[in-house]
Amino acid sequence: MEDLKDVVLKYVSEEYLEEGSDPITYDTPLISGGIVDSFSMVSLKRFLENRYKISIPDGDATPEAFDSVNKIVALVKRFVK
Amino acid sequence: MAYSDKVRTLYQDQLKAIQDAGIFKMERYIHSPQAADIDVEFPAGSSLKRVINMCANNYLGLSSHPDVIKAAHEGLDSRGYGMSSVRFICGTQDIHHELEDRLTRFLGTEATILFPSCMDANAGVFEAVLTKDDVMISDRLVHASLIDGIRLCSAMHDTFKHSDMAHLESKLQLHADKRLKMVITDGVFSMDGDTAKLDEMVALCEKYEALLLVDDSHSSGFIGKTGRGTHEKCGVMGKIDIITTTFGKALGGASGGCVSGRRELVEMCRQRARPYLFSNTIAPVVVAGVLKVLDILSLTTERRDKLETNAAYWRKGLTEAGFVLREGDTPIVPVMLFNAKLSQDFSRALYDEGVYAIGFFFPVVPQGQARIRTQISAAHEIHHLDKALGAFTKVGKKFNILGKTKQEIIDMYGM
Repeated sequence: MEDLKDVVLKYVSEEYLEEGSDPITYDTPLISGGIVDSFSMVSLKRFLENRYKISIPDGDATPEAFDSVNKIVALVKRFVK
Repeated sequence: MAYSDKVRTLYQDQLKAIQDAGIFKMERYIHSPQAADIDVEFPAGSSLKRVINMCANNYLGLSSHPDVIKAAHEGLDSRGYGMSSVRFICGTQDIHHELEDRLTRFLGTEATILFPSCMDANAGVFEAVLTKDDVMISDRLVHASLIDGIRLCSAMHDTFKHSDMAHLESKLQLHADKRLKMVITDGVFSMDGDTAKLDEMVALCEKYEALLLVDDSHSSGFIGKTGRGTHEKCGVMGKIDIITTTFGKALGGASGGCVSGRRELVEMCRQRARPYLFSNTIAPVVVAGVLKVLDILSLTTERRDKLETNAAYWRKGLTEAGFVLREGDTPIVPVMLFNAKLSQDFSRALYDEGVYAIGFFFPVVPQGQARIRTQISAAHEIHHLDKALGAFTKVGKKFNILGKTKQEIIDMYGM
C-alpha cells in the first residue's frame, strides 16, 4: 500500500487537471476546490475499485471522502483486506 | 404571507451578489425581425440603434425568410394557434406527424419524435432509454441541456476529456461491465465552434458496443455538404443512434426540437420521455414554418454554401487583423480575449461602433477563457462582414490586442 498515495495523485492529475494547471498535493481540496466535479468522482471510484479489487458502497463515496488524495487513501484503506 | 421581508431580502442579497460579481444578465430589446441588421434598444429606455447582428444562431438566415413567414401564416389559418393538449391526448395534428417523417428523411435516421425544445429533448431522452444498470459517458464540454438531462437519469455518469479519443476509449474499457454504454457529445461545440470526431467515435462505439448520442443543434441545416449535420460531414450518416437537435437556430429559429434515431429508442421516448408526456408540443404555426424550411433546404444548398463562404471570409479577416481565434471551420468564430472584464468592455465598444456581439466568460466558458463569440449567417452580405471587421479592428487597436499572443493579452489584462 506504500504507493497508494502516489497512484491516486497520478490518476487525479492525469484525469482531471487541465494543461498548464498548478500541480496538486496530497491535501489539495479536489471537489470543494473545483478540480473534480461530483460527476467525475464516478471514474475515480471505479478506478480504485478495479485496481484494488474492492467495493466502495455509494454511501461511503461522498464528496467529503473524495476531497483530497489523503482522504481518498484513507477511504480505500478501509476497504482493502 | 409566506413571501416575508426576510425571504425577499434573501433573494435581493443573492441578486446583489450576482451584480457585484459582474455577471448579472441584461436583456437587450430588439425592435425588428431577426436579421443581419437589427434595431436595438440598449440600455433600456435609450433610442433605437441599427447594428449588425454577429451573435444570432440564425445561421441560414431563415428566421425572417418571406416563404417561411408565409407558410407560418398558412399554418395558423389552416391548423389554428394552439392545441391545448399534450400529444397523446388530443395534441397531435397531421402536420406534427408529417414533420417527424420529414425530419427522419432529412437526418437520415429511422424515426423522429418532436419535443417543445431541444432542451426538453435532452432533458427527456436519457431517462427514457437508460436505467441504473447503464452508464453515460459524455464529453466534458457538452451543452448544459445535456448535463441537465444526464442529471435526471438514474444511469451512472462519467466524462471524457474534450475530443480525446484515447481517453474515451479508456472510459469505455473502464465501464465494460455495464448493461448499456452511451457516449454523448455535441456535434459542433457551441462555445468553441469545433466539430466532434464522429467518425472515430462511431468506430469506438462499434468496437465497444456502445450507443452514440449527438446533439447537433449547432449543425443541423448547414454542416455537411447538404447540411444534414455533423454526421454527414464525418461520413457516418445512418450510424448515429440518437441525434437531438433544435429548430430554434438554423431551421427557422422559432422553437422546438426533436430526438431522431433508432426506431425503438424513439418509441421509448414516446412512451417515457416526460417533457413529451407532460407538455404541449410545438404549436402548429411553428410546425408549418419548419416544414417550409425543410422544403427550402431540400431544393438547394445555396444558403449553407453562402454561409460556408461567409464564415471563411470572416475567419480570414479576423486572422489577418491579428486576433487570437479558436481553431475551427464552422460559422462559430470565437475571438479570444481571456479576461472577463475585457470581454465585456470589448463588447460594449463594438456596440458603440454598430456591431452587436456578446462577451462570454466564466461560468459559461472555463475560467480565463473569456471571449467574444461571433456567429456568421447566410443573411450576412460581404458589406456587413467588412463593416464588422472594421469595427473589430478599431476596437482591437483601442485595447491594444492586435497581433498579440494569448500570453501577451493575459499579461496586459490578466485572466
